Amino acid sequence: MAKDKESRQPGPSFGALAPVLALSWLIPGAGHLMLKRTGRGMLLLLAVTGMFACGLMMRGAMFQPESGDLLTTVINTGGFIGDIASGLLYLLSVWLGYNQPDTAGHVHDYGTKFLVTAGLLNVLAMVDAFEIAAGRKD
Amino acid sequence: MPKMNLTHFEAAFLFSLFTSVVLGVVTKRTDRDRLHYGVYVFVCFFVALFGLGWLMYLGHG
Repeated sequence: MAKDKESRQPGPSFGALAPVLALSWLIPGAGHLMLKRTGRGMLLLLAVTGMFACGLMMRGAMFQPESGDLLTTVINTGGFIGDIASGLLYLLSVWLGYNQPDTAGHVHDYGTKFLVTAGLLNVLAMVDAFEIAAGRKD
Repeated sequence: MPKMNLTHFEAAFLFSLFTSVVLGVVTKRTDRDRLHYGVYVFVCFFVALFGLGWLMYLGHG
């Protein structure tokens, strides 16, 4: 009974969690570093940044939201969301003029997937940091 | 920025490595479990990589 009451206690407010989420999005692993999970934060930083850097060096293309038939919309909008989920890495590369057209070839194709996957992995890192900050996970 | 020109295998190796690290870090609750899960995911990627590679080779005739 007492355990039940304990588990129903409200966690930290969204205002307290928002900085962790924002920092996790902007810099991969930074949410973990902020929460003093240094080892895990550094691993996330290296893995997501490494994935994104490989994508750039393979000259992968960035997605832009496009409308058209359903498949085109889903692929391009989903890809764009995946790209911007990398946070500062995406913003910096766009601000510094990275604009690779979508060209044929397996290396470019892998590069495009690396760029999107880096963002999706960062989303996983954000969720993990959120759960740690909310006290649901150590 | 230097340009990387990788084979399918090298690209798939890097993809598996980075993805396994993140999945290992975010999924489990103890460091030991994280390490085990990261290695497990990496091995799964490689089994799938070689399995699909052979399937495509044999299916191609």
